Amino acid sequence: MELYELTAHELHEKLTAGEVSAEEVINSIYQRIEETEEDVKAYVTLTKEEALNKAKKVDERLADGEDINPLAGIPVAIKDNMCTEGIKTTCSSNILHNFKPPYNATVVQKLNDEDAVMIGKTNLDEFAMGSSTENSGFFTTKNPWDLERVPGGSSGGSAAAVAANEAIISLGSDTGGSIRQPAALCGVVGMKPTYGFVSRYGLVAFASSLDQIGPFSKDVEDCALALNYICGHDPHDSTSVEREVPDFTESLVDDVSEMKVGIPKEYFGEGIDAEVKEAVEAAIAKLEELGATCEEVSLPHTEYALPTYYLIAPAEASSNLARYDGVRYGYRAEGANSLIDMFKKTRSEGFGDEVKRRIMLGTYALSSGYYDAYYLKAQKVRTLIKDDFEKVFEEYDVLISPTSPTTAFKIGEKSDDPLQMYMSDLCTIPANLAGIPGISIPCGFDNDGLPIGLQLLGNHFDEEKLIQVAYTFEQNTDFHKESAEL
Amino acid sequence: MGADYEVTIGLEVHAQLDTNTKIFCSCSTEFGAEPNVHTCPVCLGLPGVLPVLNKKAVEYAIKTGLALNCDIASFSKFDRKNYFYPDLPKAYQISQFDLPLCTDGHINVKTEDEEVRVRINRIHMEEDAGKLVHDGTTDEGSLVDYNRVGTPLIEIVTEPDIHSPAQAVAYLKELKSILEYLEVSDCNMAEGSLRCDANASIKPKGQEELGTKTELKNMNSFKAIEKALKYEIKRQAKVLNAGKEVIQETRMWDDDLGKTFSMRGKEEAHDYRYFPEPDLVPMEVDESWLEKIEEDIPELPTDRKARFINEFGLPEYDAEVLTDSKDIADFFEATVNKHDDPKSVSNWVMGDLMRLLNEENLEINEADITADGLAEMLALMDDGTISSKIAKTVFEEMFKTGKDPDTIVEEKGLKQISDEDELGNVIDGVIENNPDAVADYKGGKDQAIGYLVGQVMKETRGKADPQLTNQMLREKLS
Repeated sequence: MELYELTAHELHEKLTAGEVSAEEVINSIYQRIEETEEDVKAYVTLTKEEALNKAKKVDERLADGEDINPLAGIPVAIKDNMCTEGIKTTCSSNILHNFKPPYNATVVQKLNDEDAVMIGKTNLDEFAMGSSTENSGFFTTKNPWDLERVPGGSSGGSAAAVAANEAIISLGSDTGGSIRQPAALCGVVGMKPTYGFVSRYGLVAFASSLDQIGPFSKDVEDCALALNYICGHDPHDSTSVEREVPDFTESLVDDVSEMKVGIPKEYFGEGIDAEVKEAVEAAIAKLEELGATCEEVSLPHTEYALPTYYLIAPAEASSNLARYDGVRYGYRAEGANSLIDMFKKTRSEGFGDEVKRRIMLGTYALSSGYYDAYYLKAQKVRTLIKDDFEKVFEEYDVLISPTSPTTAFKIGEKSDDPLQMYMSDLCTIPANLAGIPGISIPCGFDNDGLPIGLQLLGNHFDEEKLIQVAYTFEQNTDFHKESAEL
Repeated sequence: MGADYEVTIGLEVHAQLDTNTKIFCSCSTEFGAEPNVHTCPVCLGLPGVLPVLNKKAVEYAIKTGLALNCDIASFSKFDRKNYFYPDLPKAYQISQFDLPLCTDGHINVKTEDEEVRVRINRIHMEEDAGKLVHDGTTDEGSLVDYNRVGTPLIEIVTEPDIHSPAQAVAYLKELKSILEYLEVSDCNMAEGSLRCDANASIKPKGQEELGTKTELKNMNSFKAIEKALKYEIKRQAKVLNAGKEVIQETRMWDDDLGKTFSMRGKEEAHDYRYFPEPDLVPMEVDESWLEKIEEDIPELPTDRKARFINEFGLPEYDAEVLTDSKDIADFFEATVNKHDDPKSVSNWVMGDLMRLLNEENLEINEADITADGLAEMLALMDDGTISSKIAKTVFEEMFKTGKDPDTIVEEKGLKQISDEDELGNVIDGVIENNPDAVADYKGGKDQAIGYLVGQVMKETRGKADPQLTNQMLREKLS
């Protein structure tokens, strides 16, 4: 078995036992990248030199007999919408094609402090707007299970990197499903923590009240490990919660006998692919077999989640993306003959179609005369959606559903139909609106051999329950052991 | 304008809060640094940054609200005001829209002939923008200085309770004085830490409905505000008198030309697309914090003025002038503490001190003179060491050099000559050299004595004790 095929916790054992050096681990990853990246195209930027320097430092520590952190020397990929000091952070947008931040995002700094090794920056749908990476301003990432298919999005690069063994762990951001959906489509574990649990400082904002950073990993144990180091209060982020971070590895318990699992009927309706539905139903049966109580529940406002999301997210985005005007950094259009002209040209040329579409939607929703009918109403419905979850979680520990209505679709299949594309996030969006945590784990394969993911949702700060249920399912199934053949 | 119109004015004052650091980051708010020195990723609005509210700024805003008799909201929030301009790095200003921190206040304002109550509609917090520099050093366009970006501001909005340019200025003076007393803003209009926009309209006398208003911008001094309002009222009257209608618009005051110019009409008004700032949590102000801030509010100008009248027996005019500025009032009180003659201290402060400050264009805290120094000088006058005439010289020297009066009197040899022998010699010489004046006096022209005293003063360079001189001259000539 190659080093790049291992998990973080397996590599950590080897590192501390002196069986391998961090440098060997990093070299193994870059060797893999050399073999497969041309096909997969997960990365926008690779940072080999910095990574090897970092690995050497970890090896020095090991040589000095120092204890190292569980993530020390572990190859990590970062979605290219998180700021990295002195390293390009493009959001896969031409408007930021040359932007090098002068500071590190809090999560990047935290991982760096733990001696995790950044391998590179991964591709995404421009400014995280999309479900396939087809909206990347640069190129489309391929699904490692089938290179003609999308990896999902917007964190498609981060999901594909882990699925292709081009990274051990990666970070993504999830505004409407952008971690969970690509995790499902790429057959890896992906978690969106509770809003406010992971600092957003340095995450280039798409929709501030919905964005949340989370990890991709090959198994639930690595997910718990990553959470241990990225969660926690940050004085730079006023919306980050002051709350002690538990040791999530303590929730790696193979037991669901006390768990009450709700099955929200609205998540199994029209639009859900039959094979996906079957796989998730089989997973429910498995959990019951393992001792969990599973019952149907209702989240009556689910049907309004999509329209609500497509008012709130674009509204916030229209404001968050207004700063890209060509004045201070990033792309500036040539040949403008006035200030306003320069603004217009820069933004017209710098942004892609989907970004422009959402900026226009959002600007419209916030405009005087429309604000009450759209933005304000959406906020009210958002409260109703939150209330739905609150009620259900009074009785149930976790909810189970498909992560994505379908498995990975073909590149180009939906790119001309934004509405069809928006449907990909049907099952994931409500959690962002409510701010609750969700995890996607592999639960089967369709007839084409493409991975299927199941989603578990928990109450605010109930990540531990999600990990316990996910871990139990994983320990009693083999889906996570399959990997893409490249 | 004719006497047939009534004037209605509302004012919007922006005051920079005098915190050490900016409202959403820890950059310094210092004025006058090299361009873009006081900036960081947060105030530059770089991708990914988030604001963190400066609690001190909130405290200052609340303090102002309390002093202006406002209700302080226990729950308020920030909103984004969206518009594109190069001096606004995020392309939105974090401000407060529908739930401002302070509402429903008032202050009483006195002009020469009346006192009016000006109601405060609201006080909200926001961040300042940067500054465009069009200095011609580059032919490629303009430059931007972001030092000022993120300086905390409060915007104080009145109800349309002001009915003349004089009242507007009186309100602004009172407001400035209160802000200075609270030490929440240095209110330096030249540096832009106090800025004022005005809404003005006129209507035929007796008509209930307000006339169409115009918004006036770009007035950088009280004088400019008064002039701009006077101009605008006249302009509107002319428009109405010609049978036309006033257009609702924003007008720019040009101080050099003494005119207002149309900047943008109602149709071109921005749609700011306000919505709640998702990067900040709502602001909650609890009772105990409010009480703590209230305890910190010092005696305000109106109360201090009343106390100066009662405690020091000062005329109302003196009390008014002295309490106008907190620093002057503090200087006055410190001097009186050392030299218990309030009226005399008041005369010196209102006279020589204020004249010199004006001449040198200094604030009292920038001058070298101290209250102790003034008190000591007054004591030297009282005990006859120096004459009141010499005192003026000593005072100017103290003002210029910061030296104490004893040293100045010593160094310059300004001690009053009260020694009868020494003075007698000088007087004898003057009598001898001025036979005509002596003859005049002896011939019954009493005024001639004044001339002779003057000559003695001249000989002694002002040091002769004037009373003693007068008395000795009369004795010698009798």
